[in-house]
Amino acid sequence: MKTLKIEDLSKNFGSTEVLKKINLEIDEGNFLVLLGPSGCGKSTLLNIIAGLETINEGNVFIDDYNVSKVEPKDRNIAMVFQSYALYPSMNVRENMIFGLKQAKTSKEKIEQQLEKVSKFLQVDQLLERKPSQLSGGQRQRVAIGRALVREPRIFLFDEPLSNLDAKLRVEMRREIKKLHQQLKTTVVYVTHDQTEAMSLGTRIAIMNHGVIQQNDTPENIYNKPSNTFVADFIGSPSMNLIKGSLKESSGEISFTANSSNFEIPVKGYEFKDKSNLNNKEVFFGIRPEHIYFKKSNESDFEVTLRADLSEYIGHEQIMTFDYANQEILAKFPSTIKIELAKETKLYFDLTQISLFDAQTEERI
Amino acid sequence: MQDNLKSSSYQQLEQKSKYTNMFLRWFLYFVLILFASYFIFPLYVMVVTSLKTMEEIRQGTLLSWPSGLNFDSWAVAWGGRGYGAGDTFLKPYFWNSIKMVVPAVFFSTFIGAMTGYVLTKWRFKGDSWVFLFLLFGCFIPFQAILLPMARTLGALGISNSIVGLVLVHTVYGIPFTTLFFRNYYVSVPTELVKAARIDGAGFFKIFFKILLPISAPIIVVTVIWQFTQIWNDFLFGSTFSFGEAAPIQVALNNMVLSSTSVKEYNVDMASAIIAGVPTLIVYVLAGKYFIRGLTSGAVKG
Repeated sequence: MKTLKIEDLSKNFGSTEVLKKINLEIDEGNFLVLLGPSGCGKSTLLNIIAGLETINEGNVFIDDYNVSKVEPKDRNIAMVFQSYALYPSMNVRENMIFGLKQAKTSKEKIEQQLEKVSKFLQVDQLLERKPSQLSGGQRQRVAIGRALVREPRIFLFDEPLSNLDAKLRVEMRREIKKLHQQLKTTVVYVTHDQTEAMSLGTRIAIMNHGVIQQNDTPENIYNKPSNTFVADFIGSPSMNLIKGSLKESSGEISFTANSSNFEIPVKGYEFKDKSNLNNKEVFFGIRPEHIYFKKSNESDFEVTLRADLSEYIGHEQIMTFDYANQEILAKFPSTIKIELAKETKLYFDLTQISLFDAQTEERI
Repeated sequence: MQDNLKSSSYQQLEQKSKYTNMFLRWFLYFVLILFASYFIFPLYVMVVTSLKTMEEIRQGTLLSWPSGLNFDSWAVAWGGRGYGAGDTFLKPYFWNSIKMVVPAVFFSTFIGAMTGYVLTKWRFKGDSWVFLFLLFGCFIPFQAILLPMARTLGALGISNSIVGLVLVHTVYGIPFTTLFFRNYYVSVPTELVKAARIDGAGFFKIFFKILLPISAPIIVVTVIWQFTQIWNDFLFGSTFSFGEAAPIQVALNNMVLSSTSVKEYNVDMASAIIAGVPTLIVYVLAGKYFIRGLTSGAVKG
């Protein structure tokens, strides 16, 4: 049984297609993050799961029960919004029990739930306050509390941290993570922040233009991006994509960048399909953090590059190098001194590379 | 040496800007007082004249101070002289106006709030067109709809009645009240409505429990606007009612114009003030709620 299942879901606003044939499944207890740039359809998808938006095609199942046409309140979900959406005229207590009261829950049960949740979230001292008298973090907690008292099957979070300042955001991120570890409920969480996605999610679905680009564990998203969009979207700075082609001679496969004769052997790479690789136009993907200043593994491959630019950011530095007239970035500890406009020996970690078809931009 | 030079020239500049500022300040007060007196002057004349006897009015000038606080003309304006036919006084018409303005303000404000709520929080296909057509209502010259409205009231059997006037004022108030509420509710985050829907509140519950409690500022604005419009209306009142069903502005007009022999300026002035006082009271009472923004806190962190 899947806690949440989305089947061939399409949605359009007028002539704009927002979601195109989305398929998605979540197992009980998972933390799924919908990640993507603004306008990719992630919030619409969340609203559809909540029942706040109608569907044009496809179905939504919660616990194998088709809820596509079920009212939001009957879907057994709770949602935390970006603006918290606390009812301004009600105090914290009224805010938290509003849903239970609508559902005609018994007084004792309401009190019991309220006490449990407000203690758990440490808002039990704030019950008589109005939302306007709370700080950002407290509002956030109350909003989560309002969702918790209903004991839903699925929690929906719509960019809940983006209204907080940087420090509080990191704190609340950890609290949400703790919350999930303790309660083990199923969560769908929308964000455009990759750090949030990586640190919170047990699974991440990366979306762009209404299509899920990759739905995988954070590790696989980072290490084995399924196309150039994901490779480019995840990581800061993003993955270097060097344009070039593959060469196959006597079983050995190597990569050569455009306008260069320098060959990088890629025999260790796990190709999905080993046929027709010769002369294939590809992107050679390597993350800035996988370019080393010192050789650390036997398989590291030595290259000599000219440093063009250095960006110092405290604990590390981002260097720009010239690779056959293509810019590539590398990340080093800031203790390393590299002279600009000079050839420097560097090492590519070939176990960490990705190769993409230059036409389809898919991983090969 | 050079430093001294510099500091002395700075002192001069400082002195100069001080004088300029002082001059501008005095000029500002002068202009403000001038404009204020321009507005207050007619009111002064009205109040002073209403407290004079006819004798004083004939002998004194417009601006002269009354000999004493003589409220006789106020009593006449409000309650009449007590000699049967032809004695017009404001009391019954004042209550007519109250009976007209209270339900008309209530219904137009309530319907405007509802419409504004639907147009912002329950968007539907073509809702912007509906809003656009509603807005036309704000720009229609009311003279243009007098005839069709008279026919309508006749067909409904409520011409020359307070109910009829309530209907007319409600209908022509809705474009304005809708505009006010729509613009207010646009700034209320729609996430509030979404959260309430997930919590299980329906259309009316969301309106009454979530939105209406935070609408105080715009309700005050709307009530002031509608009250002033309806209370001060003369066109609809004089067209759709006469005799005993007339609102106060129509009665005031009749009173002032139908004085038989001598113009009683003191009574006229007292009547005019009585007819204007309720709107003033509304402004004074509701004015302080004008500024209060009650949604603060719901929107931002």
